[in-house]
Amino acid sequence: MGNELYRIEDFFTINATRPGDAQSIMSASPVGGVITTTIDNLANWGRKSSLWPALFGLACCAIEMMATGGARFDMARFGSEVFRASPRQADLMIVAGRVSAKMAPAVRQIYEQMPGPKWVIAMGACASCGGVFNNYAIVQGVDMIVPVDVYVAGCPPNPEALLEGIQILQKKIMAGVPNPPDPMNYAPEVVRDPNFGRTR
Amino acid sequence: MTPTSDEPANPVQNQESALEAERFPNVTRSEMRAADGTPTFIVPADELLNVLQHLRDEARFTMLEDVTAVDWKKEPRFQLVYNLLSLERASVIRIKVTLPGENPTIASVTALFPGANWYEREVFDLFGITFTGHPDLRRIEMPDDWQGHPLRKDYPITGTRRPVMPANQFRPVGRSNS
Repeated sequence: MGNELYRIEDFFTINATRPGDAQSIMSASPVGGVITTTIDNLANWGRKSSLWPALFGLACCAIEMMATGGARFDMARFGSEVFRASPRQADLMIVAGRVSAKMAPAVRQIYEQMPGPKWVIAMGACASCGGVFNNYAIVQGVDMIVPVDVYVAGCPPNPEALLEGIQILQKKIMAGVPNPPDPMNYAPEVVRDPNFGRTR
Repeated sequence: MTPTSDEPANPVQNQESALEAERFPNVTRSEMRAADGTPTFIVPADELLNVLQHLRDEARFTMLEDVTAVDWKKEPRFQLVYNLLSLERASVIRIKVTLPGENPTIASVTALFPGANWYEREVFDLFGITFTGHPDLRRIEMPDDWQGHPLRKDYPITGTRRPVMPANQFRPVGRSNS
């Protein structure tokens, strides 16, 4: 990525050469080594290094998500292999698949059950914008019901694409980028009824 | 199945005798030709229960395979379709009921075929046809507070327009907000 906004190295590096660099974690001290950082950096590092997804899949994207967690693509390399069966223990929601209007309240409930800080990845065309399902039954983009941090393109995205989405999310976490605004705060009627405002 | 003396060797050829003309004079054979050759009959709405009971008890069509509906958009607008299967006769039969009007009503067949329960709920949900005498007539596929019946021909075919979202700098470039 040539035009990426944030580089991990800008915030968290072990290659610092200047001893007084506040953003470095390892000084140039010849004896042992002293780590200097900020609490925010340390907390963000912990958060981005153990993104535990909630264990739920909605459609064919979930098959790719399972492959991503498997041995061949090995999401564990990035600290995200622990799919938690309870949203109480998860901090990442991967919306893998199309969300029907009847499923939307359940997805919203899973999101609300997750303790903060939490992040959402819209995986695939259907979760991002409805995809090919431009019909009455499917929510036209899951950002109508939950705030989405990263959109992953594809139908379905291959595991490499999902891994890149997770890495982009890790960079955003490390950079301290806040979550997008929650649609429940500015459009609660849309969250409660994704078909709000349609002319029937 | 071993043919008996009072049944022909091929029971499929005997399907048309399932609805004798003298017993149900108002039942007519459908002029529409089914691709699979299923014999199809048009039954008046008020004779549906009698015809289905006759088919179940005497013609041994003991299994109700499917209940669905068609919206023809012009009057008479709706048509209910009942597919029945006879395991003993190794044959199928199709019963159609024409229902005029915007919000038609017809008697439920759940008393004859308990398996019709969810089929009729589905037809009620998606077409808005009311079944009187149904034990639990509520939506089965759409949310309970849904308005409208999506499989009607006058229902909007596309998804909802996306509401305007606040500016999000991380939204993919080139996507419309509306």
